[in-house]
Formats: sequence, C-alpha cells, structure tokens
Amino acid sequence: MHELAICRQMLKQVTQIAAANDALSVASISVRIGPLSGVESHLLKQAFPFAASGSVAEKAQLLIESMPVRVRCGQCGSETDARTNDLSCANCGDYHTQLLSGDELLLIGLELSRKNQETTHV
Amino acid sequence: MCDTCGCNVTEANRHLLDAGGKFHRTTAGHEAISVLQDLLSENDHIAAHNRSHFDKHDVLAINLMSSPGSGKTALLEATLDALAGRFRVAVIEGDLETENDAERIRQKGITAIQISTGNACHLDAHMVHDALHQLSLDDLDIVFIENVGNLVCPASFDLGQHLNVTLLSVTEGDDKPSKYPVMFRAADLMLLTKTDLLEVLDDFVPAQAENNLRRLASNATVLQLSARTQCGIQKWVEWLQQQQQQHRERTRQGQTRRPAIQVDGARMHAERQTR
Ligand SMILES: Nc1nc2c(ncn2[C@@H]2O[C@H](COP(=O)(O)OP(=O)(O)OP(=O)(O)O)[C@@H](O)[C@H]2O)c(=O)[nH]1
Ligand SMILES: [Mg+2]
Ligand SMILES: [Zn+2]
Ligand SMILES: [Zn+2]
Repeated sequence: MHELAICRQMLKQVTQIAAANDALSVASISVRIGPLSGVESHLLKQAFPFAASGSVAEKAQLLIESMPVRVRCGQCGSETDARTNDLSCANCGDYHTQLLSGDELLLIGLELSRKNQETTHV
Repeated sequence: MCDTCGCNVTEANRHLLDAGGKFHRTTAGHEAISVLQDLLSENDHIAAHNRSHFDKHDVLAINLMSSPGSGKTALLEATLDALAGRFRVAVIEGDLETENDAERIRQKGITAIQISTGNACHLDAHMVHDALHQLSLDDLDIVFIENVGNLVCPASFDLGQHLNVTLLSVTEGDDKPSKYPVMFRAADLMLLTKTDLLEVLDDFVPAQAENNLRRLASNATVLQLSARTQCGIQKWVEWLQQQQQQHRERTRQGQTRRPAIQVDGARMHAERQTR
C-alpha cells in the first residue's frame, strides 16, 4: 500500500525540520488528512512505526486530524457537507461544485525536544 | 541526482526547511512548531520538474491508470497503430515484475522504457524522472505512461504528466467511479474499454458509469472503445490530436497544464483556510 511510501516521505520532511531546529527527538507529528486524498488514516498509523523506526521520530506520536468533505455549489452558492462518492450540492443537487475540504494531505506541526531548551524558545 | 538537466533535489528540498522558526513551549516541555507542508511535496517538486522537461521539448505526457487488466497495454498497441506516421511516440511502462508490457510495445517498433516498481503499487515522480533521462525528448511528440494496474494508489502521485486517462473496462461494473472516487476524480478522460463485450454484459450501463463520474463533480470527457474491434479508436485518436494541439499552443505561450486532480490546487485549500 502507498501509505508506507507516504509515511517515508513524511519522515524525510520531519527529519529535515528536526535537524534544522537542533531537535534531539520528535515528540509528536500532526497531520491533516481528508478522505479524498486517497490516504487511509488507519493504514498511515499502521505504517508509521515501520517507517519511523531508527529515526529521530521513533518515539513520536502521530496525531491525525480527519477533515470533512465540504463543497461549494457553483449553481446556488451553498456550502454543504458531501460524501466522497457524491460531491453534488446537498441543497440543489447540481454536480458543478468545488471542493472546500476533504482532500488534504498535510503536515501541520511538530513537537520537538531540543537542546538548550531554555535559550531557544521564542 | 540528475546530471543531465542540472537539477539537484537536495537544493530543491531546501523549501522544506523554510517553515522553521515559529516555536511555542508546550505544557510537556516540548516545543511546538507549525509547518504546513504537503506530505507529498517532495514528489510534487520532482513532478513539476518532469513537467518542465516535457514542456521544454514540446512533449505531451499522458498517464494511463486503471485496475489490472482493464486494457491499458492493448489500448496502447491499438493507439500506436492508429498514430503511426502522425506522431512520434514513446511509452514508459510501470509494472511490478515483468517486462511483458514493454516487450509488447517494442514489437511495434516503439521505444518503451520499463520501470520495475518491485513491490511499489504505483509509479512516483522519481521513477518517471529516471525513465525520462533514457528518452530523447527532442524526437518525440507524445509520451504515454502506463501506470501500475491499481485503482487506488497511483491517483495520489503526480508524475509530471499533463493529462490523466482512467480506463474502466465494461467487465468491472459501472459503479467503479463511486467505489474509487479518488481515482476517478483524477481523470481528465474516462475511457470505457472492451465495449465489444457490452452485448454479453447487459448490466454495464455506460450512461450510469458517466452519471457516477459526474457525481464526483467531474467534467471529464467520456469515450468508449474496443481495442479488440477498433470500434471507437477514431474518436480517441481525435481527442489525442486535439490535446496535442492544445499542448503545442500552451508551450508556445510558456504555459503548462496539470492533470484534473490539481486544478483547484488540491490539498492546499486547507492552507488558505488556516492562514
Ligand atoms: N474483449 C476484449 N478484450 C480486451 C480488450 N482490450 C484488452 N483485452 C484483454 O484484456 C486482457 C488484459 O489486457 P491488457 O492490455 O494486458 O491490460 P492492462 O490494463 O495493460 O493490464 P496490466 O498492465 O496487467 O494492468 C487481455 O487478455 C486482453 O486481450 C478489448 O477491447 N476487448
Ligand atoms: Mg499493461
Ligand atoms: Zn447548489
Ligand atoms: Zn531532470
């Protein structure tokens, strides 16, 4: 499954950010995922320990924020909830909608343990 | 990693570090840092690089995706015959194990680069980049990329193509766009294949397949064909010609095109909301 590949890419980014900030270890990794990204949260969680093993994020907690599927209708302008396999407008039924949320695949934050903590916080 | 074109991914990855700097101390004594990066930003960066290779050489790149056995290679074989003498074509073949598909293409006298993905269930931009440097793009008009047969994973990875074509063979059922919305949302063209079998598969209704696609808020073109009987090949070739012409005009004006899924800046609207 591609979740392992995505986990590896994520850890590359995390490792670079940790190194750039003199982190000793990563305590948590926060990501935001929508169902239309094609990434399954539970598979990402399963893949994480394998990908993270031996890295600076080995003990990190993976925090996943699941995003709702929301659309804006090009016909009537309403913003409504939708389903992954039905993105039409819940108000008027038109399918000419724009996705407002639901396909996110984002790294949004890290918690780091750093050297010389007392001097580095901003 | 790329001597030929002078690109350097380490250098390119520098933007990954840009997010640093904003800290605040958390209760546990850790320091929190906000990032906001696409989890696939490295892949996307290489994909953009591939796309500019294609554009520089005026080459149209088309990614073919479908479940295993929907007829991607058979479509290519029929297409190569139909395009002979009109366009200079090469094929990049993604496959888990064998060179079978690449061999089928080479028998047509066409250059085929085989990418063996091992156990990876999808192509990524890195693999396509390596394949690209085995092609002389100057001598080409269209590059087809046959992705690994899989209706799930390939949709998440931009390769640097301009267009996604998703094949749906009539033996798979007309409900597939509803079951695999991520894949079908990524289609610039949905191609219903093996239509010669429609007469024995009376529960596959092409209009229903299209309807299920529309419910994904997709405006993609829908075409039908049979690689076996050649029925419908003409319309597909016309579509290709049209796309190739549009691509010529775009590159002349220094513009490019990204496949369907990225039109409204997929995944990044979260960024807009957060700012
Ligand atoms: N009846 C019929 N059979 C077809 C048609 N196109 C392909 N097939 C058959 O479908 C099977 C799979 O075709 P391929 O072209 O190898 O499919 P593919 O999508 O390239 O398969 P993978 O690369 O393994 O994912 C073969 O047995 C083909 O002969 C068609 O138009 N009509
Ligand atoms: Mg094939
Ligand atoms: Zn509406
Ligand atoms: Zn390059």
